[in-house]
Amino acid sequence: MGRKLLLEHINVPGINTYDVYRSKGGYTAVEKAMKTLTPEEIVEEVKKSGLRGRGGAGFPTGMKWSFLAKPEGVARYLVCNADESEPGTFKDRYLMTYIPHLLIEGMIVASFALGANTSYIYVRGEMMPQIRILERAIAEAKNAGFLGKNILGTGYDLELYVQPGGGAYICGEETALLESLEGKRGNPRIKPPFPAIAGLYGCPTVVNNVESIAAVVPIINDGGDEYAKLGIGRSTGTKLISAGGNLKKPGVYEIDLGLPVEEFLYSDEYCGGIANGKRLKAVVAGGSSVPILPANLFMKTINNEPRLMSYESLADGGFVSGTMMGSGGFIAYDEDQCIVRNTWNFARFYSHESCGQCSPCREGTGWMEKVLHRLENGHGKMSDMDLLVDVSKKIEGNTICPLGDAAAWPVASAIRHFRDEFEWHVTNAATAVRRNYGIAHYADPLIIAEKAG
Amino acid sequence: MLKVEHTHEPVEFSEALVGLIADKIIRYPEGKQKSALLPVMHDVQAEFGWLSVPAMDKVAEYLKIEPIEVYEVASFYTMYFLRPQGKFVLEVCRTSPCCLVGAEKIMDHLEQKLGVKEGEVTADGLFSWRGVECLAACGFGPVLQIGPEYTFYENLTNESVDQLISDLTAKANN
Ligand SMILES: Cc1cc2nc3c(=O)[nH]c(=O)nc-3n(C[C@H](O)[C@H](O)[C@H](O)COP(=O)(O)O)c2cc1C
Ligand code: SF4
Ligand code: FES
Repeated sequence: MGRKLLLEHINVPGINTYDVYRSKGGYTAVEKAMKTLTPEEIVEEVKKSGLRGRGGAGFPTGMKWSFLAKPEGVARYLVCNADESEPGTFKDRYLMTYIPHLLIEGMIVASFALGANTSYIYVRGEMMPQIRILERAIAEAKNAGFLGKNILGTGYDLELYVQPGGGAYICGEETALLESLEGKRGNPRIKPPFPAIAGLYGCPTVVNNVESIAAVVPIINDGGDEYAKLGIGRSTGTKLISAGGNLKKPGVYEIDLGLPVEEFLYSDEYCGGIANGKRLKAVVAGGSSVPILPANLFMKTINNEPRLMSYESLADGGFVSGTMMGSGGFIAYDEDQCIVRNTWNFARFYSHESCGQCSPCREGTGWMEKVLHRLENGHGKMSDMDLLVDVSKKIEGNTICPLGDAAAWPVASAIRHFRDEFEWHVTNAATAVRRNYGIAHYADPLIIAEKAG
Repeated sequence: MLKVEHTHEPVEFSEALVGLIADKIIRYPEGKQKSALLPVMHDVQAEFGWLSVPAMDKVAEYLKIEPIEVYEVASFYTMYFLRPQGKFVLEVCRTSPCCLVGAEKIMDHLEQKLGVKEGEVTADGLFSWRGVECLAACGFGPVLQIGPEYTFYENLTNESVDQLISDLTAKANN
């Protein structure tokens, strides 16, 4: 069983309160950081840990912190990205609901390391219950002297605020988030300048995901080297995976990076296999934006090596036969699920969520949605698949922010791997509409073999 | 279906609401009070159920910004209602992971049970419903939320939806 760094105490009754959290060793990372380490040493520990941003892009957190500009007399900000809107992802909500002090503790350590005296947690507005939970936790931490003026007598001041969003997936993109936090529409900014130079109110800013900030706590408690011992290669530490779809046991799991996907999917410790005795057809491994893979390619790479839950192994094969870790939003599709319908649903999502600034994204996502809608509803043409690929290529790389790519990849990968299912929707329109699911021959060959044996 | 009018009735902000606004403004550096816009609009919507033009104009006054800065933001985000809604707005996640576990059937059931289409208000003014995008609860789908508290209901079935509707109806009639 993997070590739990973030969720170790998740089942302790009352762990959401300061007293219980503290009794389980909570806030020792703040004490250690402020009393025995300099801000530079904290950044060094995070660098040594190899922690990579858990929000989706996987950029090394310590490196991001070391890029933060520090001009004299200018405020610096830490903003936590708790927008969590990527379909398939629900780990941050879980963490904030059940162990809010872990995030608060991480925010204090990280703010201290970055020299921020005001920090914000930007939470999607739909998570009002979590906002209230966090505000209560902040009040408790302040009461205990871990927030406010002159924390632990070090002379360091920190105010921490929770900011609600207004319901817009795009505000998870870090520059759109900053715009939103400034009280504007969530239109991503053109980069450069990057937030590390000019972020919130034009000041140097670090934006980090909830899980990245929480991981700072065990990194400071145990040391960066200890953290880096977990995991595999450049995928160090543990990762929260939100597992949903047709699974026996959907939920949030903390895994050591490098866990074989087969174990994650089928062992009782994790997802427990596919629900209702069905077979696995496809997997979206890291949230709706990453390429979808048919079961066989997901379980084993094209070189027939068992695939692992790590940044590198999931990406093995690139866009031809691999996918990405993304935000860890793991979605399992059983043999009865229709890939065309799923692709249409995601395309509608991106079309709905495009901020509309760049024409390739605004128009392209709308076209893809329309074409997929007609395919799904029995009015598709054989030429539609090439049309979709063409549109997706024209979006990819031609937009201000990565939402365009995020909309293009799921469509392109679905057609790459499931083209005959799309064609089947054209040639068997009536059946496809009535039955409303696809062709099952993609289902997991490993399980077929087991059944036969 | 109840006909709901887009009104321009003047609004008064209660003392409590004004207090909430003041508490938001102090969270940002001087001169950056516009940052309070999203949180303040949530507070105003919680009080009135939606954001009328006079209400948005008042928000602009309190934050010392132009009314257009409020309108453009209110219309960008999905959580702000620019016209009156049912007392309870049932928002069901309609994104793929929830559809894998039956979200579409739940929406069909809601439409039947309430007798109104997506976005419409029931004759008694109590309910409206709509599909919304992923609510970050995909492992517990189908899910729905109800503002302004954004109470969450997970693993929905037709039966639990019926129960919820009768509970809310009872609550409203008490
Ligand atoms: C369209 C879009 C949506 C995003 N949504 C989120 C999100 O909900 N949460 C998040 O942490 N990062 C999200 N990101 C990534 C952020 O831009 C940013 O990379 C991340 O917050 C950095 O934190 P990390 O380095 O700790 O991962 C999104 C990016 C894009 C392009
Ligand atoms: S890519 Fe799409 S979401 Fe991103 S800035 Fe352009 S239009 Fe907006
Ligand atoms: S897809 Fe419904 S909560 Fe994520």
